[in-house]
Amino acid sequence: MKNTKWLLLMAMTLVLSIFLAACGGAEEKEKDASKDGEKDGSATETPKKEDGEPDAEQILNLAESAAIPSVDSAIVEDAVGFNVLNNVNEGLYRLDQENKAIPAMASEEATESEDGLTYTFKLRDAKWSDGTPVTADDFVFAWQRAIDPATGSPYGPFMMSGTVKNATAISEGKMDKKELGIVAKDEKTLEVTLERPVPYFLSLMSFGTFYPQKEEFVTSKGDAYATNSDNLLYNGPFTLTDWDGTGGSWSYKKNDEYWDAENVKLTEINVNVVQDSATAVKLYKDGKLDRAGVSGDLAMQYSTDPEAVVQPETSVFYMKFNQKKLKQEETPLANVNIRKAIAKSFQKEDLADVVLANGSLPANFLVPKDFAFDENQKDFRELSGDLLTYNVEEAKEYWEKGLKELGVDSLELEILGGDTDLSKKMDEYFKSQLETNLEGLTIKLKEVPFAVRLELDDKQDYDIQISGWGPDFQDPISFLDLFVTDGTNNLMSYSNPEYDKLIADSKAELALKPEERYEAFAKAEKILLEDDAAIAPIYQRGLIFLEKPHFKGLVSHPFGADYSYKWAYISGKE
Amino acid sequence: MVKYIGKRIIYMFITMFLIATATFFLMQTLPGSPIQSYSKLNDTQKAIVEKKYGIDKPKPVQYAIYMKNLAKGDLGTSFAFKGKSVNDLLASRMKPSFILGIQAMVFGTIVGILLGMIAALKQNTFWDYGSTFFAILGISIPSFVFATLLQYYVGSQWHLLPVGLWNDGWKSSILPSLALAMGPLALSARFIRTEMIEVMGSDYITLAKAKGASGFEIAFKHAFRNALIPLITVLGPVAAGLVTGSLVVEQIFAIPGIGEQFVSSIMVNDFATIMGTTLFFSAFLIVVIFIVDILYGVIDPRIRVAGGKA
Repeated sequence: MKNTKWLLLMAMTLVLSIFLAACGGAEEKEKDASKDGEKDGSATETPKKEDGEPDAEQILNLAESAAIPSVDSAIVEDAVGFNVLNNVNEGLYRLDQENKAIPAMASEEATESEDGLTYTFKLRDAKWSDGTPVTADDFVFAWQRAIDPATGSPYGPFMMSGTVKNATAISEGKMDKKELGIVAKDEKTLEVTLERPVPYFLSLMSFGTFYPQKEEFVTSKGDAYATNSDNLLYNGPFTLTDWDGTGGSWSYKKNDEYWDAENVKLTEINVNVVQDSATAVKLYKDGKLDRAGVSGDLAMQYSTDPEAVVQPETSVFYMKFNQKKLKQEETPLANVNIRKAIAKSFQKEDLADVVLANGSLPANFLVPKDFAFDENQKDFRELSGDLLTYNVEEAKEYWEKGLKELGVDSLELEILGGDTDLSKKMDEYFKSQLETNLEGLTIKLKEVPFAVRLELDDKQDYDIQISGWGPDFQDPISFLDLFVTDGTNNLMSYSNPEYDKLIADSKAELALKPEERYEAFAKAEKILLEDDAAIAPIYQRGLIFLEKPHFKGLVSHPFGADYSYKWAYISGKE
Repeated sequence: MVKYIGKRIIYMFITMFLIATATFFLMQTLPGSPIQSYSKLNDTQKAIVEKKYGIDKPKPVQYAIYMKNLAKGDLGTSFAFKGKSVNDLLASRMKPSFILGIQAMVFGTIVGILLGMIAALKQNTFWDYGSTFFAILGISIPSFVFATLLQYYVGSQWHLLPVGLWNDGWKSSILPSLALAMGPLALSARFIRTEMIEVMGSDYITLAKAKGASGFEIAFKHAFRNALIPLITVLGPVAAGLVTGSLVVEQIFAIPGIGEQFVSSIMVNDFATIMGTTLFFSAFLIVVIFIVDILYGVIDPRIRVAGGKA
């Protein structure tokens, strides 16, 4: 009998404790609110402390949204990989705190030949993490490896073809990789020959694919190269540690062999993969993370948090108007007036502020804000201005004109979009705006996973598609090149010879005339949007992060890798 | 018995073979290519890369090669994790999932049994209703809701245990295990209660009582053992529930386990990893069901399997 009682008691405690857990709701909310109040108070107090003094302990805790697929600079193709590369390795140039490319492995600014075809780099006395010097041969080896078709590098040919001499032929297997336009003149001098003048070439040198690799090390590791943190060499501000190749966590440790180690303050960065944004926020609030991305519906909820920061991005989203379904049959969108009507009939400010509510900006352009600058550091946007703006009156006129030209009085069109909650909300918004403002228009929504959308895009099996683009290098051409006739990303049968010529000119005779080149870009953008309404820009994406006030000096980049931790530090953490 | 086990093992292999075949061909219908930047590669590269991964060959040939390697225990090379074998990938992710699964299973069944017994012994009292109510909650609320609640209260609000991640030793495993344990707990509580009530009414219990055996002796020695049999039957499905639960729970607690890996590999069309994880989960379930069947015989001599007399 006694035993049964004891048993009963135990079970009762258990049950009770769980009931309590379920009932604690209301109380806790109050507690939560008071905690927020405290936070407000401390936030106003922090500036009293002297700013900028780094703490004794320099350990940072971060989350990534995915595991590292690869850290082999020739193979990396994803955001996480490029981010790791940028922090553990270094190319000839590096993007600085103002996102300007400055010499890094190069000891001084490169010398450029008059025709813009040859660049000579002098290397600084830098070391790999094993203590051996970084030499010109390391760059030659890495570049040749990236262009060699046998390596299967996605970014090697993509970045080098048409830019570095002979890259195209080598990547197609028609020429030996030794013929690539990169030569080690001596141990510390590198000469790069280009196929055509590339005005943004030096900024490319900060891109992961162009980083050095030590031949001896790579060959000796064979297939095991870059499969975990021990099978890698580092020449950047940090070394990668505790990475088993597939795991959900890794660390960065300060690299004492780094040439600029005295300016690196963080001693350790711990990274964990956290896919769920809600979890990341909870970990952040619990002090386990110093920074957490807030996406989707959470963004709206946390946008007013005192620790929320908006990080503008350089990705631009737009509607693609497919002019030929399945590349054959002309759609109603082949009519320019129909395209203009749709492009001008939706309000972008409300979309960005209310529907997306994540720091995104309404876009009346293709080339994003705060991305490309001319010789005088003037934003390309100032040069080109607002194009294809929202205007319901005009939209209605174009619409009637278009319908008359097509000889119909109503149209049914499909919008192809993503299947995330946010995309769906956005699609609904378009449907309501378009159907209200354009009489006789019926919008059907088709929401599919990313891979399916790409496949439909490839087949040109859609009417209107919500699509976006993030740049691979810092030049308007990264965006404008998308829509030349038969461009690999055009996939909507848009073609305008005048536009094509402007883009072609910018790569040829205008390549060395920066001012005229930018004018050509502005003209091309105007043709694409204002004249042809080939696409309808929607917004430039922003992201909201929660960031601890003690986390300072993080630099985010508009292209290539997302972040540099080199200048980051902790200050004022209790 | 040996003959029976031998036969079962052969069936297990056939089942695995069918699952592998079905998954292989179903996977081919996924849209998109397993090579992430496929559109960035030129034709020469595409040819080389496809050859490297063996996806240039016709599907039946690919299938034959895959099955041949599988027979040797080689699950192939991951597409997403460049150049890494799926075997290594699974091995490095197995530990957290395994710990969570075992803890959830053990904790869930033991507590469930206790609750069920109390409910049965104190039938139609507060204890009974309480534990029944609790069991219904556990069955009707999915594990990811428990996961979110536990994470919010115990982790975020009361700071008793980590909110997530797998870097705080045993503490990291408690909340996800608890969340996963709710299902097994509720299920076993209900089964034990029903069975115990039935068994308690049977003649041999009356006999035991007449013999003057103590309540404790009756409950454990006579009633409990008989009530266990149906519970063991459901352990198979419970294990299956744990696997599906772990897919979401691991994600919520940001635990680098197999469940999390499975989900992300589907997102990027990593064929080899999808195959590997599916087969791993299947093998796990098949083995659990096998063990359950063997356990029958151990617990209840009446069910000594086919040919038991021989």
